[in-house]
Amino acid sequence: MAVLELTNISKHFGAIQAVNDVSFSLQAGEVLGLMGDNGAGKSTLVKMIAGNFRPSSGAIALNGQEIVLHKPLDARRHGIEIVHQDLALCDNLTAAANVFLGRELRRGVGPISILDYRSMYQHAGALFRELKSETRPRDLVRQMSGGQRQAVAIARTMLSKAQIVLMDEPTAAISVRQVAEVLNHIRHLRDRGIAVILISHRMPDVFSVADRVVVMRRGRKVADKPIASSSPEEVTGLITGAIEMV
Amino acid sequence: MAVTLDQTIEQKQKTLWASILGHQTFWVLVAVILACIFLSFATDAFATSRNLYNITRNVTFVAIIALGMTLVIITGGIDLSVGSVLCLCSMILAVVMNAGYSIEVGIAASIATALVIGAFNGVLIAYIGFPPFVVTLGMLSVARSLAMVASNNTVVFQFGPDHDKLLALGGGAWLFGIANPVLYMIVLALLTGFVLRWTRFGRYLFAIGGNEHAATLTGVPVKRIKVIVYMISALSAGVAGIIQTGWLGAVTTNIGAGMELQVIAAAVIGGANLAGGVGTAFGALVGAALIEVIRNSLGLLGINAFWQGTFIGGATILAVLFDRIRNFRQSE
Repeated sequence: MAVLELTNISKHFGAIQAVNDVSFSLQAGEVLGLMGDNGAGKSTLVKMIAGNFRPSSGAIALNGQEIVLHKPLDARRHGIEIVHQDLALCDNLTAAANVFLGRELRRGVGPISILDYRSMYQHAGALFRELKSETRPRDLVRQMSGGQRQAVAIARTMLSKAQIVLMDEPTAAISVRQVAEVLNHIRHLRDRGIAVILISHRMPDVFSVADRVVVMRRGRKVADKPIASSSPEEVTGLITGAIEMV
Repeated sequence: MAVTLDQTIEQKQKTLWASILGHQTFWVLVAVILACIFLSFATDAFATSRNLYNITRNVTFVAIIALGMTLVIITGGIDLSVGSVLCLCSMILAVVMNAGYSIEVGIAASIATALVIGAFNGVLIAYIGFPPFVVTLGMLSVARSLAMVASNNTVVFQFGPDHDKLLALGGGAWLFGIANPVLYMIVLALLTGFVLRWTRFGRYLFAIGGNEHAATLTGVPVKRIKVIVYMISALSAGVAGIIQTGWLGAVTTNIGAGMELQVIAAAVIGGANLAGGVGTAFGALVGAALIEVIRNSLGLLGINAFWQGTFIGGATILAVLFDRIRNFRQSE
């Protein structure tokens, strides 16, 4: 059974049809590259899965059950995590504080509950170890490299039993070496059985890490095929419209 | 590879000592202590118990409000209305007690006033998206005007049947001869420090100040917390107003005028960053202490009181300059 199943999803803002009748499914442990030019509807589509927007029509099903997401927290409760394009990190907080932001561990002391720093440092350290990232839980995010920041944002998605991780342009603004790090993180999530949707402009990233590619153009899905049977040239053609549809 | 991944992850980057030395608050504290030592030798009057009693008590009103202000500043906001809120809350307390009600009723009315004003500020800022500067600037004017309306712009110095209780509350020294306001200040500072370091609410204040958008995306109830933080700020002004009323034994409609600037200066000298995301309770006290020591020492050293503003302003700029220099070095 598919982890995620989108059926005839559409979204319009007034007269603008941002997403038009898109369907696809996603298996556990699958990495899906979602590609398309600016304004093709990728972000809108992902925002519907993340609970930021509600679809104008169509259905989203998780493990065969239809779900309605009113807000991002609903999506999170269903095991859908998102790594935002800007990573949504607080520079003035430690790595551990960022990982646990909004989900702090606490322990009871008498009638009150206080932050459990020790557990959060330990747990965050374990996640960074798992990601093989040289990131210290006690360091401020301000002092961190792009790759470490990515690790913090990705560790956040590993806190709960995530089923799906949505990544919005994770490799857009970082160095080559750090891109390799991020791609490793994605493989790592996949090995944990998590389904990943990777939104990216970067052809080499998608072709090195994704199992399948979905291409969108002007709100419509124009391709959905295994990465092995496609090529960067074909995908480029699909994005620009040189190839109509496959 | 000499260092394993585990070692890197477990490593602490700074020693405790290094992080203390890197703190603006520490250096301001050093300045306060040095100034006190210098004044003890330079003047006969400074190190007398009478003068120290005065200093510690004078510090408290600015310090208590600076605690609330620090929370606001950590979230990246500002509250310009605190001086006027102090005045209004004092006046409500005075008018209610003057009308023959008990001290409990007076304090309840005064605190309720503070909370309503704070909530009003907070809702406008958090839910309607007004800039904090504008809303609280408006409230600065409104609250003082309401205080004048409430008292018909008279001086209130008779507080009904519980008159003596109120004066004891603010003017007494119930524990080891320490002035009561100082005790309140210490308790409130410990409470604020605890909240900032150990509670989820405190953590969220820093998150909002650091990156409000990120806080929202990760599920922090940003708007609600902002309302609460402006309520706390107004409450701190109200509490300071109640204590000050008990200490002064009279309320006029010009008390607390211009106090917001002193309070903000205290918070900033103590290390709070107006850009948000940084600040401590201890810093607020140290900042307030430095301002008071400057004021007191100018008087004792026989320097014309007109110079006060220059020195306090200079201290504010110097404290922030120190922070700037540290940041330059970090970014290099």
